[in-house]
Amino acid sequence: MKTRIALTVNDQPQDLLVPVHKTLLEVLREDLGLTGTKHGCELGECGTCTVLVDGEPILSCLALPVELQGRRITTVEGMADGARLHPLQQAFAELGAAQCGYCTPGVLLTAQALLASEALPARDRIKEALAGNLCRCTGYTKILDAVELAALRMSRGRASRGGASAEASGEMIGTTGTRA
Amino acid sequence: MSAGEKHGFSVIGQPLPKLDAWAKVTGETRYADDMVLPRMAHAKLLRSPHAHALIRRIDTARARALPGVYAVITGADLPRVKFGILPVSQDEEALCTERVRMVGDAVAAVAAVDEETAEQACRLIDVDWEPLPALMSMEESLAHPEIRIHEYGDGPNVHKHVALQFGDVDAAFARADLVREDTFYYEGSTHLPMEQHAAVAQWGADGKLTLWSSTQTPHYVHRSLAKILAVPGAHIRVVAAPVGGGFGGKLDPFAHEIAVCQLSRLTGRPVKIALTREEVFYVHRGRHPVLMWIKTGFTKRGDITGCHLKTWLDGGAYGSYGVASTFYTGVVNPASYKMPVYKFEGARIFTNKPPCGPKRGHGTPQPRFALEVQIDKAAEELGLDPADMRRRIVTEPFTKTANHLTVTTTGLAECIDRVVEASRWRERRARPRARGARKRGVGFACSAYMTGAGTAIYWNAMPHSGVVLRADRSGAVALLCGATDIGQGSDSTLAYLAAEVLGIAPKDVHVHPADTTLTPVDLGSYSSRVTLMCGMAAIQAAERLRGALFEAVAKKLEVPPGALVARDGKIGVADDREKALPFAQAVELGEAMHGVLAFPGSYAPPKRAATFRGGTMGQSPCYSFSAGIVDLSVDEETGEIAVHDVWIAHDVGRALNPLLVEGQVEGSVYMGIGEALMEEQVFRKNLHKTPSMLDYKSPTALEMPEIHTILVETDDPEGPFGAKEAGQGPLLPIMPAIANAVYHAVGVRIDEVPITPDKILRALDQKRRGGPGRVGPEKLPLLAPREPLVVESAFGQPAAAVVVRPFQTERLA
Repeated sequence: MKTRIALTVNDQPQDLLVPVHKTLLEVLREDLGLTGTKHGCELGECGTCTVLVDGEPILSCLALPVELQGRRITTVEGMADGARLHPLQQAFAELGAAQCGYCTPGVLLTAQALLASEALPARDRIKEALAGNLCRCTGYTKILDAVELAALRMSRGRASRGGASAEASGEMIGTTGTRA
Repeated sequence: MSAGEKHGFSVIGQPLPKLDAWAKVTGETRYADDMVLPRMAHAKLLRSPHAHALIRRIDTARARALPGVYAVITGADLPRVKFGILPVSQDEEALCTERVRMVGDAVAAVAAVDEETAEQACRLIDVDWEPLPALMSMEESLAHPEIRIHEYGDGPNVHKHVALQFGDVDAAFARADLVREDTFYYEGSTHLPMEQHAAVAQWGADGKLTLWSSTQTPHYVHRSLAKILAVPGAHIRVVAAPVGGGFGGKLDPFAHEIAVCQLSRLTGRPVKIALTREEVFYVHRGRHPVLMWIKTGFTKRGDITGCHLKTWLDGGAYGSYGVASTFYTGVVNPASYKMPVYKFEGARIFTNKPPCGPKRGHGTPQPRFALEVQIDKAAEELGLDPADMRRRIVTEPFTKTANHLTVTTTGLAECIDRVVEASRWRERRARPRARGARKRGVGFACSAYMTGAGTAIYWNAMPHSGVVLRADRSGAVALLCGATDIGQGSDSTLAYLAAEVLGIAPKDVHVHPADTTLTPVDLGSYSSRVTLMCGMAAIQAAERLRGALFEAVAKKLEVPPGALVARDGKIGVADDREKALPFAQAVELGEAMHGVLAFPGSYAPPKRAATFRGGTMGQSPCYSFSAGIVDLSVDEETGEIAVHDVWIAHDVGRALNPLLVEGQVEGSVYMGIGEALMEEQVFRKNLHKTPSMLDYKSPTALEMPEIHTILVETDDPEGPFGAKEAGQGPLLPIMPAIANAVYHAVGVRIDEVPITPDKILRALDQKRRGGPGRVGPEKLPLLAPREPLVVESAFGQPAAAVVVRPFQTERLA
């Protein structure tokens, strides 16, 4: 049985007709072509499929779109502001926080939610927030470094201009540079 | 390379972001499961619920009748050819025909309109099983020779049995002041890549097959498919999609890859399969559980007089890389310390469990654990500091080991000095242990690892790695190489090397990896071989291209080619910046002079393997070295361990990109902590005990200590700009350093991994009752020893003065 669902995904309204049992992860990947969201276990164990619903991280493999009528979904494809990367994306790229990159979208979104509620979280607080996102490549070290760097840049940006500075809002996609 | 040239690098040594970093942080990277093709069908495999059973009959009629099902196949629909990654262990079937040997063996495959229908169809396949007794441990397999898992091997249920002796171990022990005999057990663990294996096959109307797969070894998959499907290899193209984590788990040709090819052939549609997380646990090929006995003689000063090691590997149901794994449990240990005499006996036993194979460190973490914990015990008995003791006995550079490995550069002494200094080892060692119920301890260990296996999986005289570089009139350079980027950054590293030689930016190098119709062969992302082997091939190709460009530019500028340099996007006279042409213009001149500018680079390891049987195993162009110190605390009431800090110094030869090297070192430390404290692939009632990411414990961000990484550079003559491996070696010291730190903290010896709270409590309890305070193996398997191959020890002999490196004789300026 299919049902009609209205969602806002990455600021775009979406009108969908999907089977009721289809998970948000499946709808994002298969119906909307947003393959940036990955499946790691489909049992809610690894955090890989994390997306934001009204700014809160949720596991899209356990969420049913029928229960999310009218909600605002953000995936990794919605993090950049046009061609301008989110400071977290910029910092992850610069510091080598993405190795195989498979867990990266989920980690980025979890970190985005954290930084939206706490401007400069301590390292232990970042660890706690990311404890539900498994990564097998990095040992988490460079991920933590990158979240700290992004937090610092974002708060500096807010302090200097009361808004996003060039530093805070990241470089244009594909800009290469050395480590800050 | 002189110190001046060392500082003259423009790309090498810079902490640059990876070329694919931008795609990875935006979700743009397309992994195998992200591919969608028109008319694509979805596949599922029916897997055995039995650990050991005969297949009497398979009836697929009900499945075929299900609406939405395009095709159902069994082993009868495939050529009856067995395969396996090693030529000596061709023992697998994509879809088993007569017998299954483990839970998870595939017996049928379905292609359907969607995954759900395919899964439903699998449930409608009727299999008539005749269960056989399952052998679930090495002891059981050896005790029941009447039940044979395979008919081949070195004895009933013995896949491989090797024995090598280099010098007289008995005489060496007679010379020793202290001889220790210890037994250790290293539990198996699995890779647990975040990406489950996935593959898409498209058998086109032209009769040609393309397979996109999350594989670390597209070349071997290519060869295997030709054999298994009985199709000319010339009509098969294998493309490695970006791999979402490998660690050795995607190195074999797999049933699902073969099944989708055949399903695509039968349905005329592209077919995709994505394994579930549970399937990935059963596919496995991870760390072998290894039981070890090690006897080592020491002098009062801590010199090793000789060592005798026996290993028993629980191989699981198939050969996989097992023959190599068996050798690797013995042959690499001698590279780190002076060990004049050495004897090794190893046996791999078949059991009815998922096959083990290569996981990061392939066969070497287990014996390294045994050796490093034993040295810790010996140091205590001899009254020596464990770091000082090792520092005295590190191997000499450019010498051979007892078992004929050639060690070129070694930075192990510097690694030891650097971690000892950075961690303030002596202070930490001497500080008071107690802090309430928590006791602090520090432990030390070292390691050595290969930078690429010296021989290919199948014998041949061809390059192990190849690169083709093509310069475009725009100034772009295309780099074609069979290398597979599994997250380690091989695409980027190749671009850095080519950019360095050509004096252009890495962004101007377009890397086209791992496509068997387009790219020269690289054997695969295993044995830490890619940076060195592909790197050397890339440098050779870039030097050839640069030579052609210099010739054309020299003519234009009317200077000798020898006066030119390539730097900052220009080719010109070294000390006259006016006399230089932009790179793109140099390419135009070059193309006008030479025609199309496309140059190959090839690499095969130096020929210096010993000639005795098995003498190629463990041979590598050069070895990396690591030293690690772990600071942890143990809660004596709960047995819980908290790792606080890890100092790790790694001899990487040269850090081509320190950011990427640090990432490899940190990831290795992480994976080592997981193996040391929690990860275990174990079975109960024939089933995997923890086939989910919740139950299979792996470290989260919360369990991770601060990692202090120190990179040591030794500029090895065998490596590209002196580089050695970084992806595997730094894992090795972690497990023994943790075991040694636990002993330092609470005085109990856990002679096995994982070191879990229950084992610590058991050992503490034992100690309180006056026992030895040790948890570890008590018994060794009953297997008649094999007569060893006796070879003279090559210990201390100088490395060959002249090294013949095939394909690398001609080096253009």
